[in-house]
Amino acid sequence: MADNFEPAIIGFLCNWCAYAGGDLAGVSRLQYPPNMRAVRVMCSGMVHPDLVVGALRKGADGVIVMG
Amino acid sequence: MNLLTLSEVVGVSGREGNFTVTVKQHPRYIDMDKCIACGLCAEKCPKKVEDEFNMGLNKRKAVYIKYGQSVPLKYAIDPAHCIYLTRGKCRACEKFCPTGAINFDDKEKIVTLQVGAVILAPGYKPFDPSPYDFYGYKKIGDVVTSLEYERLLSASGPCMGHLKRPSDNREPRRIAWIQCVGSRSTNRCTNAYCSSVCCMYAIKQALVTAEHLTGDGLQQSIFYMDIRSPGKEFERFYEDARAKGVNFVRARPHSIDPGPDGHGVRLRYTTEAGETLVEDFDMTVLSVGLEAPADARQIADTFGITLDEFGFARTEAFAPVSSTRPGVFVTGAFQGPKAIPRSVAEASTAAAEAAHLLIDARGTLTHEKTYPAERDVSGEAARIGVFVCSCGINIAGVVDVKAVAAYAATLPNVVFVDNNLFTCSADTQVLIAKKIAEHGLNRIVVAACTPRTHEPLFQETLKETGLNAYLIEMANIRNQNAWVHQKMPERATEKAKDQVRMAVAKASRMAPLDRLRVAVNQKALVIGGGVAGMTAALTLADQKIPVVLLESSGRLGGNAWRLTDTDTGVPIRPMLEDLIGQVEGHPEIRVMKNARLKTAVGSVGNFVSQIEVDGQTLAVTYGAAVVAVGAREAVPEEYSYGESDRVMTHLEFDAFADGHGVEIKQASSVVFIQCVGSREPKRPYCSRVCCTHTMKSAIRLKTLNPDVQIYVLYRDIRTYGKREVLYQKARELGVIFIRYEVESKPSVRPEASGLTVSVFDPILQRPLELSADYLVLAAAVEPNDDRQLVELYKCGQNEDGFLNEAHPKLRPVDMSVDGLFVAGLCNYPKPVDESIAQAKAAAARAAVLLARHEMHLDAIKSFVTADCDGCALCVDVCPYRAISLEEFQDADGHPRKRIKTDPALCKGCGLCMATCPKGGVLVHGFTLEQIGAQVEAALKVPKVS
Repeated sequence: MADNFEPAIIGFLCNWCAYAGGDLAGVSRLQYPPNMRAVRVMCSGMVHPDLVVGALRKGADGVIVMG
Repeated sequence: MNLLTLSEVVGVSGREGNFTVTVKQHPRYIDMDKCIACGLCAEKCPKKVEDEFNMGLNKRKAVYIKYGQSVPLKYAIDPAHCIYLTRGKCRACEKFCPTGAINFDDKEKIVTLQVGAVILAPGYKPFDPSPYDFYGYKKIGDVVTSLEYERLLSASGPCMGHLKRPSDNREPRRIAWIQCVGSRSTNRCTNAYCSSVCCMYAIKQALVTAEHLTGDGLQQSIFYMDIRSPGKEFERFYEDARAKGVNFVRARPHSIDPGPDGHGVRLRYTTEAGETLVEDFDMTVLSVGLEAPADARQIADTFGITLDEFGFARTEAFAPVSSTRPGVFVTGAFQGPKAIPRSVAEASTAAAEAAHLLIDARGTLTHEKTYPAERDVSGEAARIGVFVCSCGINIAGVVDVKAVAAYAATLPNVVFVDNNLFTCSADTQVLIAKKIAEHGLNRIVVAACTPRTHEPLFQETLKETGLNAYLIEMANIRNQNAWVHQKMPERATEKAKDQVRMAVAKASRMAPLDRLRVAVNQKALVIGGGVAGMTAALTLADQKIPVVLLESSGRLGGNAWRLTDTDTGVPIRPMLEDLIGQVEGHPEIRVMKNARLKTAVGSVGNFVSQIEVDGQTLAVTYGAAVVAVGAREAVPEEYSYGESDRVMTHLEFDAFADGHGVEIKQASSVVFIQCVGSREPKRPYCSRVCCTHTMKSAIRLKTLNPDVQIYVLYRDIRTYGKREVLYQKARELGVIFIRYEVESKPSVRPEASGLTVSVFDPILQRPLELSADYLVLAAAVEPNDDRQLVELYKCGQNEDGFLNEAHPKLRPVDMSVDGLFVAGLCNYPKPVDESIAQAKAAAARAAVLLARHEMHLDAIKSFVTADCDGCALCVDVCPYRAISLEEFQDADGHPRKRIKTDPALCKGCGLCMATCPKGGVLVHGFTLEQIGAQVEAALKVPKVS
C-alpha cells in the first residue's frame, strides 16, 4: 500500500453516543485525520447491511459503524 | 425555565405559597446572549488559575467554563484572578472575543423573586482529609482523594484518561483504596454516619482502573470495614469485581507512610486473624465521605430551616423531602448522603411537593407559542438555501468558508447560498426567514456546528416562517471538522464541501414530517395498595387527577401492617391508618379491593384495562399508571426454620414480641443471623433493610432488658447513611457482632430447652457455641410473581424479578414503557421512607404527562411501506414492541398480512428498517434512500453543473 494512501471511510454514527462523542472530541480539540465522512443515524441498529455493502461498492475503503 | 447563575439567595420572607426571595447575582463580565463558547478568550487569557473542577490537578484560565458540559455553556470571568479586575490592566479577552461578549462594566444585581415554594439542592462537600496527619494526604505525593483520582481517570481530566501518579507522572501498577475516610468515625472526626456511596465508587474506580491499565503486576486492593452494596444491581457489581480479581481486604491500615524510594505508599495493617502486614503500593486513594455543604448553616439560617446533628437538612420519614419550614423542600445529598439514583428520584419527590402546594396556580404563568399555518411544499421541486457559518473564526479560521459557500452554489437544487459570521445569531434568523420568502426556499441546509445543540433553533426559525420544522439538515463543519483538523486547513475545506454535498443530497430527499398529537386521558391507574401505591394515588389525586387504585387483597396497607417503626423510630401504624383514611375518603380516588388486572392494551396517554373485582370484570381507561405491587419476606429454608417455634423471621419476631412482652423480657439470649436467603446464588442481591431491622430489634431488646445477651451473626453490616447511628448504639449497648463467611455458615441445633447456634469466630479464630432462647432470621425481601404484569405491559424486570426502571440514574422512576412508573418494594427492597419518596416521585412524573390534554410525539418514527409482505421478521426485533402483524384485503380481495407500527411506542431506532430485507419499513427522516444518498454523495463528487 502506498505511503500516501488516504482512505475514504464512511462512518455511521449513533446520534446518542458516537455522534455526541464526535462533538465532544471537537469541544476538546482532539485532532484526528480527516478521512471519515459521518452519517448521523438515530441508532447504530438502523444501519441496514445494504448501506454498508453499498458504501463499499461505491468506493469506500472502509465503513465504521459506531454506536 | 429561568436560570440564574453565579447567584446566591440572601433573603427569604413570607410563607408557603407566597415567598419573597432576594437573590444576589454576581457579575459574569460576559454577555450570555453574545457568548458562543468558542473558547478564544480562555486561549488568550494570560492568567492561569488552579482548576477547582479537576481538584487543582491542573490549571484553567481566569476566564473559563467550569467543565465542558456546563449549562448554560457560557464563559465567565473569575474576578478574584482576572488581571484586569485585580490590577486594572490586560483586557486581552476583550480584544480577541469575536462577538464582543466581554463586558467589564457588568455589575452585581439584586433580583427579587415571588415564589410559592422553594426547593434546596445545594449538594454536599467531600470530606477534607488534610487536617488529619495519619492519612498522609498532602504530605505523601501519591496519596490522593477519591475525587482527585476520579479526575485522574477521566478522559476529560488533567491526564486525558491516561492514569499517572502525582509524584513522578508514571503509570501506577499497584493501587490501594482506603474506605471510610471521614465516614463512620466518631473518633477522628464527627461523621458518625456512613456516606453510602464510597464502597460503590471505590469498586467502580478499581474496575475502571483495571480497564485502563494493561500488563503484569497490576493490583487493585480495597481496604474496608464492611462492603456496603445494598442498592439495585450493586451486589452483582461487587461480585463481578471480586471475580475480576479486585482484592478486597477487610482491614484498616493503621500506618500510611511514603514508599521506600520516596514514591508510592507503604501501608501497615492487621488482618482479622491478628497478623500484621506491610505492603507497598504505587498509589493510595482515600475514599472520602460526603459532608453537608460548607455553607449549610448559612443556608439554614437564610431559609429558616433546621439541620440534623450532622449538618444535613432535617426531614421526617413520612415527608422525606420536607424541611422544617413549610413550603421549603430539600433534595439530594443536602438531606443526607445518597447516590445519584436516589437523588434524582427525590428531585421528582420535591417537585411533587411543590406542585401540590401550587396546584391552584398551575398553568397560570405558562403561555403557548403560536406559529403561522404551514406552507404545503409537497408539490414543489426542492429549492435549497445553504447557510455557511464562520462561527467567528472557529470555522473560518480553519475552513475556507467562502470556498465552501461558492461550492455549495454549484450543487443540484441549491438556489441560494450565504455565508454568515454567526448563523445562530438572532439577526441571522431574521435573514434566513427573509431569504426563505424572497427565494421561495423549501429546504434549508446549515453548515455550522452540531445538530445536537442547534437544530432546534433553526427548526424554530423554519416554523416561524411557515415551513415544516423537519425541512432542515445540518452539516457539522465545526465540532466534527474545523475543531478537529486545525492543522489541515485544505483538507478540512475539502471535507466541509463533502459534508455540505451530503447534507444537500439528503435535504433534496426530505419531506415534511408531522408530530403526531395524541389526546391524553387525564386519569391514572395505581396498581398496588401498599404504602407506595397509596402515596402515589394520593399525590396524583391531590393534583386533581382521578385515580383508580387496585389492591389485590381485601385491605389497603400491604407490608406496612407488619412494620413497627421507621429507622428513625417513628411508629408506622398511626401513619398507615391516617394514609388509608385519606385514600379511602378522597373524592378523586376510587379504591378497588380484591382486584386483579386482567388485560392492558394501548400506550402512553391512552391505556385500557380489564379489571376483575369480586368476580366481575370492568374496564378502566387511563393515561398513565404507577406500578407499586410490592414484595414479600421470603420463607427461610435453613437454620431449623419451621422445625422450632423459637426460630422466627424479623416480621414474625416483631409480631411475637408485640404479644409476648413478658417472655421477651425474660429471654437471656437472642441470636440474629443476617443475609438469610440474600447474597447467595439463589438471590444474589442484598435485601437492604435487614441490617437496620436487626439493629432496631436488638436495641429494643437491650432497652427492655439490658442483661439479655444478643449476638448478631453477619457478613457485612450495611446500615447505610444515618442508619449507622443505630449500629453504633447497638454496639454501645453491648450487642456482640460475629462475622461469618458464606462458605461456613452458622448451624442451629434445636433442643428442648432452647437453641444452640454454632459459628466460627474469625477474631478468636475458633468455633463458638451460643445458646439462644430465640433465633431471629433476617430473611430476604423477594419480589412477588410479577410475570403476568410484565407480560401485559411488556415492561422489564431484572434477573431477580424486580421491576426495572428505564435508567437507574436518568429516569429512576420511569419504566421502559412510556406512561408507566414504578415505586416501592417491587422495584427493589427499601425502607418505608424511601418507598414514600419514590412513590411521590413516580406520581410527579406521571402528573407531568397527565396535566396536559394532549401530547406531541416525536416525528422520527417508523412507518410501513407498500413493500411490506408481512414476513414479520421485524416484529421480534423491535425492542419497544411497537410492531404488530395485521391482516387486510388487497385490491383483488385476497387476504394479506402486513405489519402495523404504533407511533406512541416507537422510538425511531430503526432496528426494523435494518432487519427488513424488502424495504417494507422505514424511519421518517432517516430512510434508506436518504441515508444512501448521503453515502453516495460522500463518495462521489458530482459533475459541477
